[in-house]
Amino acid sequence: MNLQSTDFELFGIPAQFAQDRALLDAKWKDLQREAHPDKFVAQGAAAQRVAMQWSVRINEAYQRLKDPLKRATYLCEINGAPVNAENNTAMPTDFLIQQMAWREALDDAKTVEKMDKIAVQSNEYARVTLSKIEHLIDVKQNFIAAVEQVRALMFVERFQAEVEARIDQLGQ
Amino acid sequence: MALLQISEPGQTPDPHARRIAIGIDLGTTHSLVASVRSGVAECLPDDEGRVLLPSVVRYVDAEKRQIGFDALAAQVDDPSNTISSVKRLMGRGINDIGERAQLPYELIDKPGMVTLQTVAGEKSPVEISAEILATLRFRAEDTFDDDIYGAVITVPAYFDDAQRQATKDAAQLAGLSVLRLINEPTAAAIAYGLDNGSEGTYAIYDLGGGTFDISILRLTQGVFEVVTTGGDSALGGDDYDRALVEWVLAKAGVAADTLTPTDKAALQRAARFSKEALSSNISVPFSVQLAKALVNFELKAEDFETATAHLTQRTLTAVRKALRDARLTKDAIDGVVLVGGSTRMPQVRKAVTSFFGKEPLINLNPDEVVALGAAISANQLSGNNSGADLLLLDVIPLSLGIETMGGLVERIVPRNQTIPTAMAQDFTTYKDGQTALALHVLQGERDLVVDCRSLARFELRGIPPMVAGAARIRVTFTVDADGLLSVNAKEQVSGVEATIDVKPSYGLSDNEIARMLQDSFSTAQQDMQSRALAEARVDADRMLLATRSALALDADLLSPNERAEIDSMMAGVEDATKHGDAATIETATKALADGTEAFAAERMNRGIQKALSGKNIEAI
Repeated sequence: MNLQSTDFELFGIPAQFAQDRALLDAKWKDLQREAHPDKFVAQGAAAQRVAMQWSVRINEAYQRLKDPLKRATYLCEINGAPVNAENNTAMPTDFLIQQMAWREALDDAKTVEKMDKIAVQSNEYARVTLSKIEHLIDVKQNFIAAVEQVRALMFVERFQAEVEARIDQLGQ
Repeated sequence: MALLQISEPGQTPDPHARRIAIGIDLGTTHSLVASVRSGVAECLPDDEGRVLLPSVVRYVDAEKRQIGFDALAAQVDDPSNTISSVKRLMGRGINDIGERAQLPYELIDKPGMVTLQTVAGEKSPVEISAEILATLRFRAEDTFDDDIYGAVITVPAYFDDAQRQATKDAAQLAGLSVLRLINEPTAAAIAYGLDNGSEGTYAIYDLGGGTFDISILRLTQGVFEVVTTGGDSALGGDDYDRALVEWVLAKAGVAADTLTPTDKAALQRAARFSKEALSSNISVPFSVQLAKALVNFELKAEDFETATAHLTQRTLTAVRKALRDARLTKDAIDGVVLVGGSTRMPQVRKAVTSFFGKEPLINLNPDEVVALGAAISANQLSGNNSGADLLLLDVIPLSLGIETMGGLVERIVPRNQTIPTAMAQDFTTYKDGQTALALHVLQGERDLVVDCRSLARFELRGIPPMVAGAARIRVTFTVDADGLLSVNAKEQVSGVEATIDVKPSYGLSDNEIARMLQDSFSTAQQDMQSRALAEARVDADRMLLATRSALALDADLLSPNERAEIDSMMAGVEDATKHGDAATIETATKALADGTEAFAAERMNRGIQKALSGKNIEAI
């Protein structure tokens, strides 16, 4: 193992989408217990620097592994299907229609209740999309198809953040 | 210094060298020092048995100063030279200080941080805080009759980079070596967690004299994971006093602009006294003789509650935000810990209990709990207790980013990110042939540059001329375990780069600190020389010992040439300790430390790789 190992190798878990969050949390803490700079405080600058590199690397891997969207993006990328969100916008057509409908609904929504309803719909869509992604990656190994769903989910997350911000604004 | 000894978990590098480490709670209204003695953390009392030191400094004349109770007693008589709540001024510019009208001091506008005009001249909040810290340091040295190895100092979780740096500078000025700044709520959780062996998700509600913090922590097997933190760095017990003063003035029909400095100090004192008395009474007499009027009436607890309800509400708003950031509901909280003297106010307890729907934990003294946690952490960080299973995974409290076109902030490290962390983002040039890029580093949650705190500016120069948008400049933010930031910008095609360690703009230079140190704590020349020689010998011996044991274990990492170099540097150190003075020994030790740094890094890397692989094999 070295600093260039994949997140999955570092955490000693199979390189697949389905993961047990509780196990990830426990692994993260176990690894930090070994590598965190605080464990080597009395051992000088070089030890601190090396420990910091490992500790940063472990945190980076954990951030990516625990977030389903980031994990899916990473899996597609290491399997030769990078997301390239800036240049490549290929997305499922039904999604494009769906998201236009949401946007219109959000623009019309004037109460917290109506916005909550949109939030519930988009959460449900995100849930279904994640299970599609799991199937495409773990069962079909079809990363090209998976990455399209990942792009769609990126849009959904941004949309969800927008809905939340609007709800916050109304709440204040 | 690179110390080569990599110890196995549970083993102290040098079992004979027990280091005196202290935890300091540098509070707005009072401060404490604690230490772990025979395995138990306890607050150290002064020679009259008092553990609390009022955070008050009085400049009596150009030479003499009073710190603590004596200063507090003089506050009404000498308000403009008696500084209290200086913590609220740390790292703050004149525009940051909202309650200026009520402060009885003369503030001077200085870049980055205000200073105060006193009878002893101009004093910065850093110098005033250093007086308090030095008093506590002397108390600890007297208690142990020994030097202090290092200190953990607590700061509100919501302190930004400038406030943290100011606290560190004050400690340095007080002659303390800072092992770590830790957040007050986290320190409280450590004190509670280790006492109770608790597991689960906890909310730490910390209302101090000048700041409010809320932190959500997860405790599992000695790991304290800060999930989110939030709060208000300008909301505390002082504000309750002030709101009460305003309410009283309105009731008595006295205009605030007719008050003298003595009136202000007397009102402040009466308000604090009434607030404290109302913790155990339903009404108290409120009586103050002002220069132009007498204020005298019976103050009821419910009036106090009404006068301050908006402040209590503000704390709950911050609690809701912290829960939302953690994506948790109130029901997910297993326990609520109250910290800070201001949580003694009945209306605060009532509000917290009804918000969470459960009684808060209060079995540790809310005044002491932060210092106790800091002491436990200091003991751990000084290597006295490396076997104990305590690990703190903290987060950064405020987002970090850089300025982009149109005065907007692009966030690079979002708040509540676990540290240490490194995060990067790519930027490009916006003009043809552009060869330099100005970077402006900011901290805060708002989208506009003007609403965030400016931390640093630097430039990346020497970018080869390209068409607009062709350069790829990767900007990397690295935040270490202390929460301090460094920023690197590198153009990916040409490889030109620039790096800056972020120090807030007021930042005292090392020279200024050295000067202040000499001004305040001059030690007899003779003493210093013999002490320096003894210390240099100890350091040299420790370095030799560490190098020998490192070679015994991992000499295979070295080429014959590298080995020969290390052997000759070791001989140099041995020779210096026998014949040389302090400076010669230090030079030789430093040469050995520098010369073995690469070796130390290799060993460390090997050690961690082994430990991590071991973890994964164990798990299978």
